[in-house]
Amino acid sequence: MSRPGKIRLVARLDVKDENLVKGIQYEGLRKLGDPHDFAVRYYKQGIDELLYLDTVASLYERNNLGEILRHATQDVFIPITAGGGLRSVEDVGAVLKAGADKAAINTAALRCPQLITEVARAFGSQCMVLSVQAKRRDPSNPDAGWEAYYDNGREHSGMDVLEWVRRGVELGAGEILLSSVDCEGVQKGMDQSLIAAVSALVDVPVIAAGGACCGQDVIQAAQNGASAVALGSAFHYNKLQVPELKQQLEQAGIEVRKCQQ
Amino acid sequence: MPTVTIIDYGRSNLLSVQRALEFCGAQVAFASDPQQVLEAEVLVLPGVGSFADGMSMLRQRGLEKAILAKAEQGTPLLGICLGMQMLLDSSPEGGFTKGLGLIAGPVLPLESADVQGQPLRVPHVGWGGLFCAGERSDFSGSPLEKIRPGEETYFVHSYQACPARKQDYLAYTPYGGRPVCAAVHRENVTGVQFHPEKSGEVGLAILRGFLSRCPGV
Repeated sequence: MSRPGKIRLVARLDVKDENLVKGIQYEGLRKLGDPHDFAVRYYKQGIDELLYLDTVASLYERNNLGEILRHATQDVFIPITAGGGLRSVEDVGAVLKAGADKAAINTAALRCPQLITEVARAFGSQCMVLSVQAKRRDPSNPDAGWEAYYDNGREHSGMDVLEWVRRGVELGAGEILLSSVDCEGVQKGMDQSLIAAVSALVDVPVIAAGGACCGQDVIQAAQNGASAVALGSAFHYNKLQVPELKQQLEQAGIEVRKCQQ
Repeated sequence: MPTVTIIDYGRSNLLSVQRALEFCGAQVAFASDPQQVLEAEVLVLPGVGSFADGMSMLRQRGLEKAILAKAEQGTPLLGICLGMQMLLDSSPEGGFTKGLGLIAGPVLPLESADVQGQPLRVPHVGWGGLFCAGERSDFSGSPLEKIRPGEETYFVHSYQACPARKQDYLAYTPYGGRPVCAAVHRENVTGVQFHPEKSGEVGLAILRGFLSRCPGV
């Protein structure tokens, strides 16, 4: 199954307490400001979706995004995915009620894969985004594959990423949020072979995340089969602007949703 | 600006719809019983979930008759997503179920293969362009009138409305090489398969278009 239509650009907002933060390989979080200001800016620039991740939620076992999501619904009228510390169907229901359209789940799904099925049954598979944090087993050996991590790349599950993704889709995941722990926040490009491997494996859309810092990274991810690319640092630090990025993609022959200015 | 009453039958996330209508300048109220529906100036029927479940919730709460009475009186009514599908005659989703019958025709599953016979992803999730159905060359005379053909909105659905009367079929979006019904319109009744509350400025323009056609604006 080929990627139907247009590549989606997703602005990724990592949140700690009330602040937008950004780490490097998930460590050393830096406060960047009020996530709402960033969300509104990206919305007005023509971003296709927003992704809010509560970065510390799984440590405290609770998601704090409710207020931030409710605030977003006042000014932002595009699809929103929320994740971080979601452990149950009730947790997912709560973020959906607060204005999210989809829920991204990693840690709880690794602990209890059945949760994927329960969430998909309760809200539809399109709501159930399986978040996968992939880390190369051996950076010097490209054939060694990837292992699934959790708790923001801190803990390893022992699970092979490709096996886990395939199982997750069988259990009902409607989309894969694929983050590369190695590339996360480093701003040196994406793990393109990871994106290609996972996109070739499953029919559901793959959102590629981690390391995108220039138009070429996004173009390659699209060519490797990603349906969407999530960008954090590149937008937050103004290295890339949504309209220019979309223009660059179009020039490369990759279809995008037209920006409304 | 009239007060818009969102019908709350316990099956959808109302916050995003409420916020989008408020952003467009409307006052928003909610109706969960027939009396509140009957008193409404303008009605919005949202919806997420299965057709059978949605209709059963409307019937259990006595809302179906109230909605039909208001539609008959000429009250502006906007159905969104499942709320649009329920405007039609019937759907097989969740077991064959009769709908409100305000727009003639059935709701049917999306095809699971494209025109070339390749597997097609269902549910259809994502942005799709709006194009004029039938002999229309624009969306005039409807809430979509400010929309230029090709402008995109956000879809999440597994079933499609199949309006029986050509004149009710307002807009389609292409999916898998086929037209899929994106909007229906008949007098005071409009239905949109996409989520205008999640479709950026285009979606807001459609909500404003709906509000601008309401009496008292």
